Amino acid sequence: MTHTAAERAGYTTLEARVRARGGLTARGLGLVLAGAALVAVAALSVAVGTKPIPLGAVWDAISTGSGTTQDARIVLDLRIPRTLIGLAAGIALGLAGALMQALTRNPLADPGILGINAGAATAVVLGIRVLGVGSLTGYIWFAFAGAAGAFVVVYLLGTRGRSAASPERLALAGAAVGAALLAITNAVALLDVTTFDRYRLWTVGSLAGRDLSVLWGVLPFIVGGTLLALLLGPSLNVIALGEDTARALGADLNRTRVLSAVAVTLLCGAATAAVGPIAFVGLAVPHIARMVVGPDQRWMLPYSLVLAPILLLLADIVGRLVVRPGELQAGLVTAFLGAPVFLAVIMRRRIVPL
Amino acid sequence: MRRRITVRAPGLALRLDLRTLWVAGALLLAVFAGFVLTVAAVGVRLPFADIIEILDGGGRRADRFILLDLRLPRVTLGLLVGAALAMSGAVFQSLSRNPLGSPDIVGFTTGSATGAILAIVVLGAGPAGAAGAAIASGIVTALIVYGLAAVGGGAIRRLVLVGIGISAMLVAVNSYLISRARLDAAQSAAVWLVGTLNGRNWEYVRLLGLALLALTPPLLMLGRRLRMLEMGDESAQSLGVRVHRSRLMLVVLAVAVCAVATAATGPVAFVALAAPQITRRLTAAPAPQLLPAAITGALLMVLSDFVAQRLLAPAQLPVGVVTGAVGGVYLAWLLSIQFRKEGR
Repeated sequence: MTHTAAERAGYTTLEARVRARGGLTARGLGLVLAGAALVAVAALSVAVGTKPIPLGAVWDAISTGSGTTQDARIVLDLRIPRTLIGLAAGIALGLAGALMQALTRNPLADPGILGINAGAATAVVLGIRVLGVGSLTGYIWFAFAGAAGAFVVVYLLGTRGRSAASPERLALAGAAVGAALLAITNAVALLDVTTFDRYRLWTVGSLAGRDLSVLWGVLPFIVGGTLLALLLGPSLNVIALGEDTARALGADLNRTRVLSAVAVTLLCGAATAAVGPIAFVGLAVPHIARMVVGPDQRWMLPYSLVLAPILLLLADIVGRLVVRPGELQAGLVTAFLGAPVFLAVIMRRRIVPL
Repeated sequence: MRRRITVRAPGLALRLDLRTLWVAGALLLAVFAGFVLTVAAVGVRLPFADIIEILDGGGRRADRFILLDLRLPRVTLGLLVGAALAMSGAVFQSLSRNPLGSPDIVGFTTGSATGAILAIVVLGAGPAGAAGAAIASGIVTALIVYGLAAVGGGAIRRLVLVGIGISAMLVAVNSYLISRARLDAAQSAAVWLVGTLNGRNWEYVRLLGLALLALTPPLLMLGRRLRMLEMGDESAQSLGVRVHRSRLMLVVLAVAVCAVATAATGPVAFVALAAPQITRRLTAAPAPQLLPAAITGALLMVLSDFVAQRLLAPAQLPVGVVTGAVGGVYLAWLLSIQFRKEGR
């Protein structure tokens, strides 16, 4: 975030900011490069693992679409679904984080802070305990419903009385709802050993062990949320100018807020449903994107969309390699990759409010 | 105009706020009532006559055991922990000027949890070992966070952010350890994480009591500077407060108080957050009131533990579950009222 003094004073236009950042071409080029990096990381994710498979064999398996060799089965049945799910979840988390931070004008907004993970966890635990659900695929709809429900409650509580969902209000509401939900989760999980056993494995977010049916289940929500998010870029730019200015410019604040909230719910709910609670991608990626392209949401959002899956897939790859033949879950690695970046950002720059 | 009375003794003059005194008195009565209720009516009922008899040295052996070795230490520990958490929360909320401020912001709670889980899961430690590890790792975490924040200029806002970053890493470690451990070890670690008074004896009370006896007086003395610190660094400085030193000492003392309480029961949620806020509303005082907050904290803790023992009896919930649920709902209610008032 490179707010200039003039910008803080509030009189630079977006166009001036765009020009100051080196214009359209540089950022477009950067986006293409990032996209290329994403393709490379995805290829790496298919090739690397407990059993390294040469890219040639990977290509054979994909192009023939079927294969009987062990390598082909690993690629088609394990690595490709895993990579695709990582891509989808990464996109969803990155966009949701960027949207949340823009919507609440809070640089620390992420699914954890707004009670979404807590809601998903509560629903999953109740699903396990009450209905005896026991598979990753089975958790999806519980996680999705819980995440969506929690965010709706947090949002309604945060916007109660007045139209504005100020950052502090949403964070406070998220803390309150999250704490109550966590207590329920704990009460249910701690009193029943089986529930606890399944829950503790879900709660470390991971890309492993999901098959393509998980992807097909959440894909419609992610696609819908992504389109909505990308369309909202210009309106979010207006929100960033501050409530009064935005209103004076004739922006429909409520519509933008509600649509953003819908997009966040779709994206976060789907991501948490697919891979469990994954920390830090949604928090760190928008910060990195903002450092690269500045505060213009029309660029921020696409950059977040591309950078987040890179981070998530890299984390997953690292997790596969560091403790071979075992694996570290991606949720653990993202925290360890993301936190130092986050800390470095905080230490280096003056703290500028969003 | 708020009415005050002044108590004078040789070399000492205390100005006391009347409303605060009333509130504190009422809270103390409530604490006492909760104390008696918990001692007499959780599980096996002990009539008052029996309790008096036992305290007098008589009574049946089974009843004596229940009262003297199970219930009294448990309630007493609850009182102490509640008071300690509330005081530390009041200090942190005032220092960070954030109604959600708590020792968590310096990563303390998560750090101590990591230590305790490591001790339970890897070393197979009991509650005492977990307590020691919790204190050590909590303080190390707090020092790291404070150190990193100080490198960049030490603004309280930076402290919060650094705390969030470090906490995120530790949370990941915690859930990883729990997901990898043997089931029973994982479960006792999870119970510890929620905070529980189950199975705590006089030994805990004695250690926590001694620690608080040493830490509370300096904390209360320094606590009176909080009001001046709240006016801003420059105003406080011109009033003769050494800002940085006072803040550092307050942080250290508040973390230490929270550390010993956490070591005794595990990180009990929300008492540190809710007690100071309730107190501030009740007393309508402009400055943080550490002692009244401590009484409120003790009350919250005793009532929560009563509910935790009764709600799903004979299954005993960890007290942290109740404080979390009650605290979360309370905060949501509070916010909803406040937001509606601010509405146009």
